[in-house]
Amino acid sequence: MPTYIAFTYTADVDWTDPQYGEEMKEYAEFGEAAQAVIRGGHSLYPTATATTVRTPAGKGGDPVATDGPYAETKEALTGYYVLECADLDEAVAVAGRLPAAWNGAVEIRPVIEFA
Amino acid sequence: MDAVGDAVARLVREERPRVLATLIRVTGGIDPAEDAVQEAAVRALETWPRDGVPDDPRAWLLVAARRRAIDVIRREARRAGKEAEAMAIRGAAPGPLPGDPPGAETVRDDMLRLVFTCCHPALSTEAQVALALRTLGGLTTAEVARGLLVPEATMAKRITRAKQKIARAGIPYRVPPAAELPGRVAGVAATLYLIFNEGYAAGGGEDLVRGALTGEAVRLARLLAGLMPDDPTVLGLLALLLLHDARRAARTDPAGCPVLLPDQDRTRWDAAQIKEGVELVGAALRRTPDRPDPYVVQAAIAACHALAPSYDATPWEAVVSWYDVLLTVRDEPVVRLNRAVAVAERDGPAAGLALVEDIGGLEGYPWWHATRAELLRRAGRPGEASAAYERALALDLSVPQAGHLRRRLADLAS
Repeated sequence: MPTYIAFTYTADVDWTDPQYGEEMKEYAEFGEAAQAVIRGGHSLYPTATATTVRTPAGKGGDPVATDGPYAETKEALTGYYVLECADLDEAVAVAGRLPAAWNGAVEIRPVIEFA
Repeated sequence: MDAVGDAVARLVREERPRVLATLIRVTGGIDPAEDAVQEAAVRALETWPRDGVPDDPRAWLLVAARRRAIDVIRREARRAGKEAEAMAIRGAAPGPLPGDPPGAETVRDDMLRLVFTCCHPALSTEAQVALALRTLGGLTTAEVARGLLVPEATMAKRITRAKQKIARAGIPYRVPPAAELPGRVAGVAATLYLIFNEGYAAGGGEDLVRGALTGEAVRLARLLAGLMPDDPTVLGLLALLLLHDARRAARTDPAGCPVLLPDQDRTRWDAAQIKEGVELVGAALRRTPDRPDPYVVQAAIAACHALAPSYDATPWEAVVSWYDVLLTVRDEPVVRLNRAVAVAERDGPAAGLALVEDIGGLEGYPWWHATRAELLRRAGRPGEASAAYERALALDLSVPQAGHLRRRLADLAS
């Protein structure tokens, strides 16, 4: 069975803030309902906590860390789920039940299975 | 190639998509299936003209392709098979190949699986069009590229990427469950309609290669109707394509210039195709008791035109009513524009003009300006009509279309 990552793109919110309690409850309900296919995942702190790293001097060079996410976008990467589904149709059906699907968008990517 | 060779080539081309559809299921991938079918087709082209066409050409091709596929699968199995695994199609069952050629029912199901996989909504529209022509229509990559005015290398890349997405993202090889079927059928219909319009817009004359896409779309719609004979969308689509395509010979003059509906020589319309199209409209309407289907309604409008002995004898009341029905399921500016034209014919240019000017969002659409121009001319406002033709001509039009509008503009000045 293929493995997919479902990335949730939503408003750049702080999930630990009690004002998102209601939404977190929706995610918890999703987790419950989809537990048969969920293999893992995390909620992420907002992009204000993000650090982007590059080594401008090339391979082996000193890492230079800059404040902020890789790309500034209206909707931010706020979490992800690892899903094991029969096929893309099932993955789409599961992703469609994520609150991010109506509050933002969900991107599904198949995972490369290295032998 | 001689006549026998031609006939064989046509037969092989005809059977090829069906054989491919089954081979994809049994080999578990599009690429290995294509290789196997290609090999079988080459052998058929070599041996049939010499030894005669077998009683059941499809079964012959299936057996030959399957034999080839078994060889390849065995060879792959000996290797690590890592890549083969990564390229496998979900829902197909690689493994032991069935001994007997599949029955008609299985061939039908395989073909439907292929239709829904090629027209899966997770593929871009461009990719769906390319895959439908390549795998369902059996066109070569070069033919698809020429038809869509894309360099062959670009088209080859597009098709490869699409097949890769099917395999890697796990787009399944199966007919969608009943609950999803209407939406998915609408997606397939949209893709075939797009193919038809690519060819229809090109018209006749110089653009014969692109024009051939209309025939290809009709062929695919017919195939789909054979697979789903009770689906109203599918019947409506086939009816719509047949009724539009029936006017083909009358749509251009000998110089290749477009001839619009009012001026077409209706004796040159294809009467047999119109008869078939109209019957299909009836069959499709009987199957849509609840919610009108946009393709069936558009086909009904096309039937009103097709059955009218002359433009003046068009039943405009009925045409306007059908547009009202269409608006309930597809409220789009272009539909409103077409309805306004029908209203102008029924109630006079002023009534049509008022509706045309009420439609927002078509400032970039040349036919909105051209329609306005025509109605302004009829309403006796030549100055404004000229200005509207100029606006239309400033937008993106094909050379013959622009020529047509320029002649209207010149007529206005004289």
